[in-house]
Amino acid sequence: MTDREAIAQKHSRILAPLTRMGWPFLITAGLLSAIFLWSFFAFGWQYVWGLGVTGMGHPVSWALYLVNFVFFIGISHAGTLISAILRITHAGWRTPVTRAAEVVTVFALAAGPTNILFDLGRSIRFHWVAIHAQFKSPLLWDFTCIMTYFVTCVLFLYVLMIPDIALLRDRFPRRRWFYGLLSLGWIGTERQERILKRASTFLCIAVIPIAVSVHTVVSWVFGMQTQPMWHSTIFGPYFVAGAIYSGIAAIILVAAILRKVYRLEEYLQPIHFNNLGLLLLTMALLWFYFTLAEYLTTFYGGSTDELAVFWVKLTGKYSPMFWLMVLFCFIIPFPILAMKRTRTILGTSIVSISVLIGMWLERYLIIIPTLSQPRLPYGRGSYMPSWVEWSMMAGLSAGFVLAIVLFSKFFPVISIWEMEKEEKEKTSNSK
Amino acid sequence: MYRWGMVIDLDRCTGCQACVVACRQENNIAFGGEDQAKLGRAKFWMNLISDVKGAYPDVEMQFIPIPCMHCDRPPCIKVCPVAATYKNPEGVVAQVYPRCIGVRMCISNCPYTVRYFNWHAPSWPAEYKKGLNPDVYRRRKGITEKCNFCIQRIRRAKETAKKEKRKIRDGEAVPACAETCPSEAIYFGDLNDPKSQVSRLSKSRRAFRLMEDLGTEPKVFYLKEGEWNDG
Repeated sequence: MTDREAIAQKHSRILAPLTRMGWPFLITAGLLSAIFLWSFFAFGWQYVWGLGVTGMGHPVSWALYLVNFVFFIGISHAGTLISAILRITHAGWRTPVTRAAEVVTVFALAAGPTNILFDLGRSIRFHWVAIHAQFKSPLLWDFTCIMTYFVTCVLFLYVLMIPDIALLRDRFPRRRWFYGLLSLGWIGTERQERILKRASTFLCIAVIPIAVSVHTVVSWVFGMQTQPMWHSTIFGPYFVAGAIYSGIAAIILVAAILRKVYRLEEYLQPIHFNNLGLLLLTMALLWFYFTLAEYLTTFYGGSTDELAVFWVKLTGKYSPMFWLMVLFCFIIPFPILAMKRTRTILGTSIVSISVLIGMWLERYLIIIPTLSQPRLPYGRGSYMPSWVEWSMMAGLSAGFVLAIVLFSKFFPVISIWEMEKEEKEKTSNSK
Repeated sequence: MYRWGMVIDLDRCTGCQACVVACRQENNIAFGGEDQAKLGRAKFWMNLISDVKGAYPDVEMQFIPIPCMHCDRPPCIKVCPVAATYKNPEGVVAQVYPRCIGVRMCISNCPYTVRYFNWHAPSWPAEYKKGLNPDVYRRRKGITEKCNFCIQRIRRAKETAKKEKRKIRDGEAVPACAETCPSEAIYFGDLNDPKSQVSRLSKSRRAFRLMEDLGTEPKVFYLKEGEWNDG
């Protein structure tokens, strides 16, 4: 017991947010809740009056909801995937960032598919996708993969948090019923440690192929359709790379904010941001390569239907968005990340914001221009989101942030037991 | 087994849009109003497209009526996650309205953009309501709908034929668009019957189908306009 007390004392910085509840928290949570609740009103409005209250129509029949679906699923990629890869490769610097990454994953994964619920003409029949499953539909593959991924990620986050929950159980007697239940009677025996190690290794290995499959299948919702600039064989890897790219950006941003707000400077050090920045740089280059390959192949092929979409993106109606995407996804991030001098906490945070905006634009530009330029030219149309769609997007984002904020009030955002373990290993090595 | 198909003679089409109106009337297609039409939400199971070439005084205008192509290999069917759309044994690509949950993936995967969504609850002008067709389901909001070759008329013709213990005669089952067309540009019938008008016309040298290169095998054939000047 005294040993645990000592650990808790040592990491009081990590545990502090669980004990304090100041005005900044209440104001943030209140504001986020208000936006979140507003989206319930917007959804009710849409439910009663039909999808006609959105800006969608013919031929742009999939729009902002699908964009947000792909975007959030993308963000969900970094977390667990990065965490698992870093664990498997025994990257020593990973420990303070993994928990935050896993949390981002779980909540982004809850937010993403919710968009499909908004997008359905009859949302109340959502479960029919499972009941009347039609196996040839890429949407069913999506449903299956996302559910598997969600369950695995929740387990991943939870299993690796059990020793910390046990610590909290002993530390906060008033919340004992809650933490006691979740800690599954963890007291840190050798047998328990062994099971935990085995479970986490298994989850690490399992989560990687599942994560890759999820975004591949999300890309196939578009790639399997024979529409111009969707029907592309590189869509799978292109989406996975884009997902990891935006996901790492989300982790950097969350880590930077947590560091600032909860004063975790001694845990989240510049080296972590430097290393994450290097990962982001790799993904930036990969993104650029994929984008170039995709657009150059389309252009060179010169098929009329494809070129109609190509030009509307590069020089037509969607060109401001397209060039902003290039700016946010490559021109801003590349030089900042390439130079060691600018690969600082501030530098990587700025880049992360830029990447998140850029990747959202990329999702928009993949979905809407293709739909607006169908093969039969008479049917061409445009799209402008309505207040309902903007409200849902704001509400969903607020809900996502709110979930992370609330999580940080109940659970430590940095894995205490892993920090301890690492330290022990270090000292035993130096002996 | 029947295999329903349609032939549209573009040489005869005058662009009068009677087929469009007849289709609306027959199939209880809801009125969206002008505002909705501007958002691209007007529903045309039968749509008449006009293509204007050149400028005054050298203008050439072409019309092309576009119903659902009733593909033999329809891209819309395989993407539906709840199997709400299917090709029936007679080749009609039909929508099961009560099953549809409004995913709209069939709409985005249709290369001919001939599937329509109910963005709002259906509405009609009061006078019009008395004339609604009792044989046709009134689609509610949130589901997809499309041309089904007036399947209710085919069914009725089949019932009559069954009573008289014979097959449907050529020209007995006719969709509203074909029945109405004043210039008789639309033919409908059994493609499996080598003697039927559609099957003969579909083999004409003038016959073509839209976007054959996609491999969708449409069952709506068009007859090219004759090149009068070439004699």
